[in-house]
Parts: sequence; C-alpha cells; structure tokens
Amino acid sequence: MSFEQPRGLSSMSQSTLAIEASGLVKSFGDTRAVDGVDLAVRAGAVYGVLGPNGAGKTTTIRMLSTLLRPDAGSARVLGRDIVTEADDVRGLVSLTGQMASVDEELTGRENLVLLGRLLGLKWRAAKDRAADLLDAFGLGDAAGRLVKHYSGGMRRRLDIAASIVVTREVMFLDEPTTGLDPRSRNQVWDIVRALAGEGTTILLCTQYLDEADQLADGIAVIDHGRVIAEGTPSQLKASIGSGALHVRLLDPDQRPKAEQLLARELSTVVLEPDPAALSAQCADGNRAAEAVAELSRAGVGVASFSLGQPSLDEVFLALTGRPAEDQTEQAEIAEEERA
Amino acid sequence: MTEARLHNVLATAPRPGRISGLSAALAFGWRGMLKIKHVPEQLMDVTLTPVLFVLMFTYLFGGAVAGSTADYLDYILPGILVMSVLFTTVYSGVSLNTDLTKGVVDRFRSLPIWRPAPLVGALLGDSLRYLVGGTVIVVLGVALGYRPGAGVGGVILALALVIVFAFGLSWVFMTLGLLFRSPNAVMNAGFTGIFPLTFLSNVFVDPETLPGPLKAFVDVNPVSILTSASRGLMEGKAESAHIAVVLGTAVLLTAVFAPLTTRLYRTRA
Repeated sequence: MSFEQPRGLSSMSQSTLAIEASGLVKSFGDTRAVDGVDLAVRAGAVYGVLGPNGAGKTTTIRMLSTLLRPDAGSARVLGRDIVTEADDVRGLVSLTGQMASVDEELTGRENLVLLGRLLGLKWRAAKDRAADLLDAFGLGDAAGRLVKHYSGGMRRRLDIAASIVVTREVMFLDEPTTGLDPRSRNQVWDIVRALAGEGTTILLCTQYLDEADQLADGIAVIDHGRVIAEGTPSQLKASIGSGALHVRLLDPDQRPKAEQLLARELSTVVLEPDPAALSAQCADGNRAAEAVAELSRAGVGVASFSLGQPSLDEVFLALTGRPAEDQTEQAEIAEEERA
Repeated sequence: MTEARLHNVLATAPRPGRISGLSAALAFGWRGMLKIKHVPEQLMDVTLTPVLFVLMFTYLFGGAVAGSTADYLDYILPGILVMSVLFTTVYSGVSLNTDLTKGVVDRFRSLPIWRPAPLVGALLGDSLRYLVGGTVIVVLGVALGYRPGAGVGGVILALALVIVFAFGLSWVFMTLGLLFRSPNAVMNAGFTGIFPLTFLSNVFVDPETLPGPLKAFVDVNPVSILTSASRGLMEGKAESAHIAVVLGTAVLLTAVFAPLTTRLYRTRA
C-alpha cells in the first residue's frame, strides 16, 4: 500500500518528514518487541500506529522519544538522530505515555507549574500558563485537587495539557483514549484535532480503528513488531471491505446456527466476546439487510443489528488471516525477566 | 471545554529557552517539598523514631554505660543525630524506587533538562527531611538537659556536616533504588548495610573498651569519624582531620554513585 496524503500543506512542507525511522529493532530477552519498523511521517500530519496490545507500539514510541535506545536501525525526528542527538530530540517532542505521565501525588496545578518551570518558563509565567491550560481543558475546578483523585478522563486531559505547556513540534500520544468513557474520548479527540489544526505533528498509537480513522491522515498497522500494512484510512478500509454487520441474538444458543447462515450469506464470520453476538464482513447494506432477513426466516431471534466500521479484529483478520490477539503477555514476561 | 479556548491556549504556547541545571534541580526539590506538604505523615519516620532512640538509649543504657543518664546524653546525642539522619538516607532509595513505577518518570526523562536534575532535586527535598529530623533531636536533647559547648553555632555546623555526608550516602541508596525491583527489597538491603555501620561505630560506646579487631573497624568506620567530627563541632573542639575525612567521603561517594545513578535512571526501562 502506498502512503500519500497531503493535508492542505504547501508542496514544500509535504516533502519534509517529521519522523523517519528505518529498521528499528528492540528486543527484551528473546522477544523482539519491535522487529524492523519503518515509518515516514510528514511534518504536520497525524499518523496512527494501529495494533493490539503488545504489538510493539509503545516500544516504538519510547525509542522515538529517546527513552529507549534501539538495538538496531535508526530514526530521526525533524532531522535529529534519536541516539546521537537525543538531547535535541527531547527539546522538540513531548510524550503522553500509556501510563498517565502525570504526578499523582501533586495537584493538577502543581503538575503543570512544575513542567512549565522545567521547560524553561519563569515561575510567574509557569503559573499563568498552568491556569490557562486548566481552564481550557475544563479542569479549572479541579486544579487544587490531588491528581490521584481525578477520574480517568480528567487525568488524560491533564496529561495532554502537560504535553503542550510549551510549543512542541512533535507529539507522541500512546493510546490516549484507552479505558475512557465515550464522552471523555470525544473530548480527547477534540483536543487532538485542535492540536493538528495548529500544525503539530502527532504520532498516535491506538488499538481502535475508528480512532485512527477519525484522527489520522495515515495509518501503519503493526503486528508482532512489524508494520504489516500502511496507507490512508480509506485505503485501509477499502482493503478489508467497507464494514461489518454486527448482530446480537436473543438466545446465545442459536449462535452456531446464525454463524452458519451468515457465513453462507456474507463472508468470514467473527464470534464476538459477548456469547450472543457475532459479526460478518459485509460490503454493502442491501446484502446485510438480506442476511438479517434470512436469520429471522430461519427462526433465529435477532435482538439488534448494525452495520458498522470494521474493528481491529476484522482489520487483522483481513490482513493476517487471524484475529488480533493480545500480544502483551509474551512481551511483558520477557521484559519482566530482563529486569 | 470550548473550542475557542482550546485554540487560544494552543496558539499562545510559549517557546522559552532551556532551564539551567541548578534551576531544574531546585524545581524537583520543590516537587519533593510539595509531596511532604500533601502527606505530612511521612515526616513521622524522621521525627518519631529519633525521639524514641534518644529516650530509650539515654534512660535504658545511660546509667550502665556512662554512670549517669546526664553524662550519657552528652555522649550519645551527637551520635543519635548521625544515626537518625543516616537511617533516613535509605528512604531516598525507597522513594526513588516507588517513583519508578509511576508513569511520570517517563515524562521527566523525555524532558530537555540536565540529566541528574530529578535525582539531585529529590535529594534536596530529602535534605529538608534530614534537617527536620536533626532539629527534632537537638531540641529534644536540650529539653532533656543537653548543653552543647559550642552553642547554637556549633550545633548548626554539626547538623550541616551530617547533612552533607547524608547527601553523599544517599546516592548509594539511590543506586540500590534503581537496581532492586521493589521498595521493600531496597529497604531491606539498605538497612542491612546501615545497621552494622551505625552500631559498629562510636555512636553508642567509647571504642576503647572494644576487642582489638572490632576496635580497628570502628576506628576507620566513616560513621565513627562523622560522629567524632559532630561531637567536636558541638563541643567546640573539632579536629579538622575528621571534618576533612567526612567531606572527602561525601565527595567520593557522590563522584562515584551520582553518575552511576544518573545513568541507571536514564537507561532503566
């Protein structure tokens, strides 16, 4: 798949790469967490790295933000080498880690003042900046509360606010909405869109295809430490079918029968974790409607159905012939053993 | 959260220059003090334990060891000051180990700042704890009848010397804090080291009564030399050789363990 997606930028900046990585490798013990990742992210783009837990997303981000040194390969951020010019890179990037990168034992305000100070603001300016950010992120009322008492959504917003205390050319966001309720997720998405609107280059790791689809100009799908597909969201979706029919049955016992019927009417069927739910890849709405009608004719009680975006599972099924498995265990065990 | 305000904060993001190493360390020191402010109970270990030590040792052993509790208090108070502050240094390693399990360390490490700043800053915050602990002991000692010969000036000098030594020793425990996997492991290892060092010294007894090999160890033990120097400063008859050895040891420990700690802090995933 080719990668080409200008985003209303001048032709000059289109040729500028904010992040370029080639052959990045990082092993923990015997496990190759990242196994030769290549990336090319245009300045000003929002680039999604999509993959299941443990696929190597976080390790890649940690290498690019100079927290980990790659075993092999190289990468440059805005032309600076992440190993030999690590300190310059740290002056250009900000990291919002998967574990909330804020200090739980301080208040929201103290967190932002401390960071402002560390990033070179005078105390007075750091305090003013903290107040502005807390207001803009809807955290004004919670400014004086300890972060450990914040909700997940508030913590995430503070985390992102901490990343934009000063101007940063490149932002790394590691699963910014994992574990958030839909409302908080939408707030985070709005923030990411606003950041992109200001021209910040954003590398966004996510497990959710719809998140990458909503926010990113380009997507790399990563599996077992390798990029297995790359392209625009629409290219990616086109390659796996336009979507999927999701069906929820009245009676879980009828799922085998429903599976058989849908496999005949449509194509590959995925059984969902909910014992009464299943989904099938489906190209168009009419065929989906017929398939549902077929179910009810066969006496299978349908509680609800919808035609939706393909899930990460379906992306993986289409690209690799198997569902996205949680790859955390092996990588984490290896990392534990190493420690 | 409105779009206009969001755009406003993004558009007005400042572009300051880099912060100096010292300012960064002081900012981290401020973080340490904020933590104490939010959880003042954590000062219990630096206040309550020394108070117990002073009372227990003075009244339990005073008569037996020195003939009277008043004489023993004069002997033991500078020693207990040393012991309590050195015990506290273990907590520098423990709290660093606890910090590492939090995501905020990743952010600190991705900042363009002087690399040792988070560690130096944490030690500056810890030094405040040493100061509090030390002051509690001296004040309690005075209340019980201890009268330092060199007055307030001598006490301040002794306290300063102990804190400088503790700063150097803390780097050793910070290194342990980065090498061990749990705060408990750091605590156990730390106290396994610090107990013999403080008890096999001249903190509690005059080494003249000790058997030869033990006396030889006690005489070269840096804790003994630090205790002698503190006693000397508080009584106004310090030997400059003792002070030089203490300062030299602090510098040596810092020179070896500060770079090691900084390196481990940067590379530990």
